[in-house]
Amino acid sequence: MPFQLTLRRDGPKCLPPERARPKTRWGVVAGCVISIAGWASPLVTAQSADMAQGRRLFESQCGSCHGPLGNGGKGANLAQPRLRRATDDQALSNIIRRGIRGTEMPGSPLTPSQVSSIAAYVKTLGRVAPEDVPGDRVRGEAVYAGLDCARCHTLGGRGGIIGPGLDDIGVRRSAAHLREALLSPEAFVPSGFLQLRVVPRDGGALTGIRVNEDAFSIQLRDLSGRLHSFWKNELDLIEPQWRRSPMTSYEGRLTAEQTDDLVAFLVTLRGDGSQ
Amino acid sequence: MKTTTPTRRLRLAMVAGLTALSVPALGVAQVPYERILDAASEPGNWLTYSGTYGAQRYSTLDQIDRGNVGRLQPAWIYQARSLQKFEVSPLVVDGVMYITEAPSDATALDLRTGRPIWSYRRSLPQGIVTCCGQVNRGVALLDDQVFIGTVDAHLVALDARTGRVRWDVEVADYELGYSVTVAPLALKDKIIVGISGGEYGIRGFLDAYDPITGERLWRFWTVPGPGEPGHDTWSGDSWERGGAPTWVTGAYDPELDLLYWGTGNPGPDFIGDVRQGDNLYSESLIALDPDTGELRWHFQFLPHDIHDYDSTQVPVLLDAELDGDPRKLVVFPNRNGFYYVLDRVTGEFLVGKPFAKQTWALGLDEHGRPIENPETIPNIDGAVVYPDDDGAANWFSPTYSPQTNLIYQNVREKGGVYYLADATYEPGKIYMGASRRVVAGEDPKGFLRALNPLTGDLVWEIAVHAPPWAGLMSTAGGLVFSGTMEGDFFAADAQTGDVLWRFQTGGAVYANPITYLSEGRQFVAIAAGNSLVTFALPE
Repeated sequence: MPFQLTLRRDGPKCLPPERARPKTRWGVVAGCVISIAGWASPLVTAQSADMAQGRRLFESQCGSCHGPLGNGGKGANLAQPRLRRATDDQALSNIIRRGIRGTEMPGSPLTPSQVSSIAAYVKTLGRVAPEDVPGDRVRGEAVYAGLDCARCHTLGGRGGIIGPGLDDIGVRRSAAHLREALLSPEAFVPSGFLQLRVVPRDGGALTGIRVNEDAFSIQLRDLSGRLHSFWKNELDLIEPQWRRSPMTSYEGRLTAEQTDDLVAFLVTLRGDGSQ
Repeated sequence: MKTTTPTRRLRLAMVAGLTALSVPALGVAQVPYERILDAASEPGNWLTYSGTYGAQRYSTLDQIDRGNVGRLQPAWIYQARSLQKFEVSPLVVDGVMYITEAPSDATALDLRTGRPIWSYRRSLPQGIVTCCGQVNRGVALLDDQVFIGTVDAHLVALDARTGRVRWDVEVADYELGYSVTVAPLALKDKIIVGISGGEYGIRGFLDAYDPITGERLWRFWTVPGPGEPGHDTWSGDSWERGGAPTWVTGAYDPELDLLYWGTGNPGPDFIGDVRQGDNLYSESLIALDPDTGELRWHFQFLPHDIHDYDSTQVPVLLDAELDGDPRKLVVFPNRNGFYYVLDRVTGEFLVGKPFAKQTWALGLDEHGRPIENPETIPNIDGAVVYPDDDGAANWFSPTYSPQTNLIYQNVREKGGVYYLADATYEPGKIYMGASRRVVAGEDPKGFLRALNPLTGDLVWEIAVHAPPWAGLMSTAGGLVFSGTMEGDFFAADAQTGDVLWRFQTGGAVYANPITYLSEGRQFVAIAAGNSLVTFALPE
C-alpha cells in the first residue's frame, strides 16, 4: 500500500529579487513576507484550486531541479515566456508525462489531472500578465527613440547588442521591475550580462560584457560591441564586476511623466509584434 | 523484459565446449579474476572500473610525462548515439575498449582505429524514472563476458566477442523507481551490482550474481528489515522507503577479503521527521564479506541526513604510516564536503576535515559524527546550505598517486536554498520533500584540489570555471588528468598543479579518464559531450 504523508507547507515566503512578482492574472499575490495564506483570493475558483495543486505538485516533483519558482538550477529555466521544447499545451503535457529523451528530464507516472495542473502552473511561470500602468505608450515610444537606448538594446531588429534585447521585455519583466531597471540599473543585472574588466599582459585594460568563459579562456564584448578573445594566461587581471552595468541611471534625467511613459511603452513589448 | 537464466550446468557445458573447440582469437577478452586481481602488473590494460581493486585510479604508465604531455593530440573519436550525459569509464583489454552509452547500451571498440566491433542496443520500456539522467558508468569484464546494468534495473551478461546476450536478469522493479547506472564489479566468481533510486522511496541493497547463470547469490539490504541489526534506527515503517542506494562502484582488499561500498541518502531526501533515528546504513561506508554479503563493519558518515548527500563516492585504499604505525586505510572525499580517513580493517574513524566550503556541519566529534548546523535544515522559508545536494564531490572518481603521495579530488563549491515540499510516497514518483533554488547572486566555483592523504590538508588547487563533474586519473608520468564542464580536458603536473596541456573537446566532461597501451603506445581516453576521445603523442 502506498504510504501517505502530506506535509503542511506554506511555500516559499520570500521570492528571489529577480522575480518578486506583482499580480498575475489569477489574482495571486506573491512576494516577500506574503505566505500561502495570501493565496486565497476573494475569487476562489476551480481554476485557482487546480493552480494550487499544480504549484504543490510542481514544488514536490519538479522543484528539486527546476527550483521552487521554476527559474532554474539543475534543470532548465521554465520561468520564461516561451519554452523551447514545450511549444504548446500538448507538448508541455507530454514532456511532464514522458520526460525528454537524451536529457535528465524524467517522465513521471502522474495522473492526467495532475499533469494538467502542473502544466497550467508551469505556464504561469515567468510570464507577466498585461498590466494597467500610468503613462502613455505612444509618448513612451518617443522617449525611447529620443534617448540613447538603442545604442545598447535591440528592438525590432535594430539597435546595439551590448544589452538584452527588448522585443519581449514586457512579458519577461513587470512594470515595477522595468522602472527599477531604469532608475537603478545596477540593482539587478540580468544573468548572462556580467561586466568584466581585464588587463592583458601587454597593456590596454578593457571593460566589457562576458560572452563566454572556461577554465582557460574568456571571451568578452567591449562597449562598442567588438568581440575579444583571450587565453587567461595572456591576462594579468580578470575582475568580475558583479552588480555593475554599462547602463547609466535615468534617475534625474527623465521626468516622472517621461518615466511613466517609457515604462508604459516597454510593458507593451510582448514579442508578438503587437506593440 | 523476459528474464533468461540458463541453468548453471548448461552454461558451464557451453563454456567448456567453446573452450575446447576454439582457439582464442585476437581481441577476445579472456579476463579471469586473477588478471583483475593483478591488474597493476599490466598497466597497458584497464581491467576494472577504478583501474585496480584498490581504486586509486593511478597508472604506472609513463610514456606520456611532464616533459612531453604538451604534444598530446587526439587519435580517434567515437561518437555515442545518445545525447544524454556520457558518464562512462571505459575498460580496455587485449586490443578492445568496452564502453557503455546512455541509456543502457554497450559497445566494443577496436583499440587501433576506434571503429565499433559490436553494440548491444537495449530496448527499454516506457515509464523508467531516474532522478538524474538515464545514464551508465561502464561495464565489468570477467572471463569471456561483459556485464552491464540497465536503467530498467536489469543485469545483463554479454558475449565479449559479439555483444550477444548470454543472460538477462531483473535486479529490481523499475516501476518502483529502481534503476542501475553503476558499473558492476567483477569479484572472484561474482558480479557485484548496486542500485539507484534514492529519490523514489526505494529500499537500497547491494547484490552479487553468478556470472555463469545470472542467479542472485546474495543481497545485502542497506536498510535493515525487521529483526536485523540497525532496523531500530528507522521510526515506524519508514525503512520500507529508506533509500540508501549503492550507485557508485566500490573497492576491494584481497588480503582482508573485504568489499567496500558507499551508500546513498535516506528517503525522503530532505524530510527527517518521518524517519527518525540514524537511518542505518544510509550515508555509510560498508565493508562486506564478498562471499556471503555479510556486514563486517560500517562507518556512517552522516546519521540521519536531510541534505541528500549520498556517500556514494569511490573509496580509495592506501597503506601508510599514521602516528608511526603502519595502517591499512580507506580514504573518502565525501560529497558532504569532508575528507575522511578510516582504518579499513576495523572502520575506525581517524581523520575528518573539510576539503570544500560546507555549512551543514559545525564540525565532527571525536568519533567522526557530525555536529549538524540547525540553520541549514530545509524549511518553508528556505534554508541556505553548502554544498548543495550535487555535493562538494559526487560519483566522479578521485585519484591517489603513490608517486606524489597526494590524493586529488575535483571539488564543487556551490550552495542551494531548500524549501520544504510535499513528500507523499507513491510508487515511481519523486519522494524527496524539498524544492531547491540557486543562491541568488552566487558565482559557483570549481577546483581540482590536491590534498595530503593523511590529513586532508590542501597542497595545491587549480581553479576551473563551473563546478566540475569530471573524474581524475594520475600517472607515473607525474601527471593528473581532469576535465571541465566547458569541455576542456587537461593534464596538470601532479606535484605542482601547473597545467601542462589542455584540449577543448566541445562537450562537458561527465566522466573518468583512463590510460592504456595500444600497440605499445600510451593513450589517454575521456568521454566528453557525446564523444569518446582518445589522445596520444605524435608517432
